[in-house]
Amino acid sequence: MLEVDHIKKSYGRVFAVQGVSLRAAPGETIGLLGPNGAGKTTTVSIIAGLIRPDSGSVRIEGRPLTGDTDPSKRRIGLVPQDLALFDELTAQANLQLFASLYDIEGAPAQRAIGDALSLVGLAERAHDRVKDYSGGMKRRLNLAAALLHDPQILLLDEPTVGVDPQSRNAIFDNLEVLKSRGKTLLYTTHYMEEAERLCDRVIIMDHGRVVADDTLAGLYRLLPVTNLLAIELSQTDDDFPIADIESLPGVHSVKLEAGTLRVGVHNLATETPRVLQWLVERGHLYQHVSSERADLETVFLTLTGRSLRDS
Amino acid sequence: MMASFRALVRKDIQLFFVDRRALLMSFAIPIAIGSFFGYVLGGQGDQPNASKIPVLTVDRDHSAISRQIVDRLAAEKALATKPSSPDDARTAVRKGQAIVAIIIPPNFGQDSGRAFFGPGLKPEIAVLYDPSHSAERAMVTGILTGDVMQAVSKEMFTGQTGRQMAQDSLARLERSTEIPENDKKPLEDLLRSVDRWNQQAGGSLAGGISRGLTMPYTTREEAVTARRNTRYNGYAHAFAGMVVQFVLFLGIDVGVGLLQQRQRGLWKRFRAAPLSRGVLLGSRAMSAAVLAFFVVLVNFLFAGLVFGVRVEGSLAGFLGVSAAFSLMTAGFGMLVATLGKTPEATRGLSIFATLIVVMLGGAWIPMFLFPQWLQKFTLVVPTRWAMDGFEAMTWRGLGLEAAGAPIAVLLGFGAVFGALAVARFRWEVEG
Repeated sequence: MLEVDHIKKSYGRVFAVQGVSLRAAPGETIGLLGPNGAGKTTTVSIIAGLIRPDSGSVRIEGRPLTGDTDPSKRRIGLVPQDLALFDELTAQANLQLFASLYDIEGAPAQRAIGDALSLVGLAERAHDRVKDYSGGMKRRLNLAAALLHDPQILLLDEPTVGVDPQSRNAIFDNLEVLKSRGKTLLYTTHYMEEAERLCDRVIIMDHGRVVADDTLAGLYRLLPVTNLLAIELSQTDDDFPIADIESLPGVHSVKLEAGTLRVGVHNLATETPRVLQWLVERGHLYQHVSSERADLETVFLTLTGRSLRDS
Repeated sequence: MMASFRALVRKDIQLFFVDRRALLMSFAIPIAIGSFFGYVLGGQGDQPNASKIPVLTVDRDHSAISRQIVDRLAAEKALATKPSSPDDARTAVRKGQAIVAIIIPPNFGQDSGRAFFGPGLKPEIAVLYDPSHSAERAMVTGILTGDVMQAVSKEMFTGQTGRQMAQDSLARLERSTEIPENDKKPLEDLLRSVDRWNQQAGGSLAGGISRGLTMPYTTREEAVTARRNTRYNGYAHAFAGMVVQFVLFLGIDVGVGLLQQRQRGLWKRFRAAPLSRGVLLGSRAMSAAVLAFFVVLVNFLFAGLVFGVRVEGSLAGFLGVSAAFSLMTAGFGMLVATLGKTPEATRGLSIFATLIVVMLGGAWIPMFLFPQWLQKFTLVVPTRWAMDGFEAMTWRGLGLEAAGAPIAVLLGFGAVFGALAVARFRWEVEG
């Protein structure tokens, strides 16, 4: 169990993290979502013991994390955002070095290296120099380097930055395997789709604070609507009765933009027929109907008033 | 913990040997520059023309005296003379192809003879010189003075010109109305004595004292090195200088490498492991010291095998100075890592600082060329002590006791650099 209580960190007058708390149970994958500068990396750095917080505490399995040599650090594996590898050395040599940082040498080290390389699909390339790897392979090796000491908690700081979709999927597959083994994953990202695919729970951060901490379903409940019905009308006129549609039960919002009616509803299955029938009965024909689901981007926008990408 | 320490040291050494640039900077370049400087600085002392001053001689007189002067100059050990014409000589000096040109004017033999015995007009020898070599000009002028005096006096006291000059001078003395009568008599006696001497010298006294005026002393020159008959080896100084410079560059690479590791996130990985700061920085310092020591030994080994540089003094002292210098370099490298924020800026700043201390340490220009105050000032520069230590243990051939001060000072500098580095080091890794 990872417990983070009210950690704060400032650099001069800049508050990087302002009272962040979180809990992560074994087998749970938590997404730390927020724009650049939200405090995600600082939070991860404090949990990993790279930065001492000004106040607050980090507890691993109930024991507070203190000092550089705290044995609890062995329970944590860090996958930094940068490709923290020695390009001139082979993958094997890199992993051997990183294993030795945890006093793993000899046969146990070879076993751990073999397992980690197999997991990320690089066993065949173990003796190649890292500089000859593709970007995606380096990312996978970056992940493998954090697994050698078999940590219970894995801190992943934007582990898919700059990789192609295929490599990203490969990394997701690796993480799902780790999750199935009961590892706790804390995953920072500013890609909503990653958080949506992997995380059981999402913590949204902005300006060093936690603005929401819930399951995906819980977060979507924070939204006034979870689905958007887009109806492309055959014909519109200036006195289109928007207010009449808004008054329909289950409809939360209506907007007419460039001949397309956007209707916000919670339950797509029940509200869609009702809205379409209402339009037909009143002679408002339509050409095309589609639906969009609200996502974490919408959640972030709703919670902060800003877009994730604009921040 | 020790396994981690060993692995981190091993990793640095491994990275050093797969880095072509590091190998080039630590071995190929210092060896190339050291070899060049060593040759320029006199090599192994067996290169006859290595330190001779190129001098052009122009004889426009072609008299017995002028020929003797040219011959004497040609026989000088310190000079490499070559006959030339006035125009060519001037052009050569202007272009830097010769340092000095000596032009003996027409009638020099006659005019110098007259000026030797009386108040005649003194002939003028033109000495053209390259203004960037004033020291050599002074040396050549001194040699020329001695050679001219010997050539003129020899000819005046033993040669045909001398006899003629003495008789002409006697005739002028008798006709002269300007010289007071009471001065005429002693001068006339002198000239008659010279005339008689010349007549005798032309017969029985051809050798021995017939050589004219000579320097009233001789010198015995001895280069004071480790032992008698052990020649000074310019390569010893040159390699010491280059080793000091390029090992410090290695120190810079260590520091900059640390910053690069921080930039590339590797420092995060190291700091995330349960390792003490002592292990993290200590392993880096240790690998830097081991590599520096290795580079020192390999460079001196090369100098020994190829150029005959020997540890003429204490081997233990030499190893001690090498080890102390290597540890100082490790401390310096750690300090470098705390100087700037980016590797690029730090490298630029550190190279500048290193070149200054290397220059002040006497690695490029021998220390004796520095003004006295600067020589005293360089005592606060660690490179000076490294140079002194290496030179004391190699060609000076001094004992272990002479290595004590350089070792102590270098270790002191290493400790101070290391302490400053630890105090200034940014342990935390910002997000």
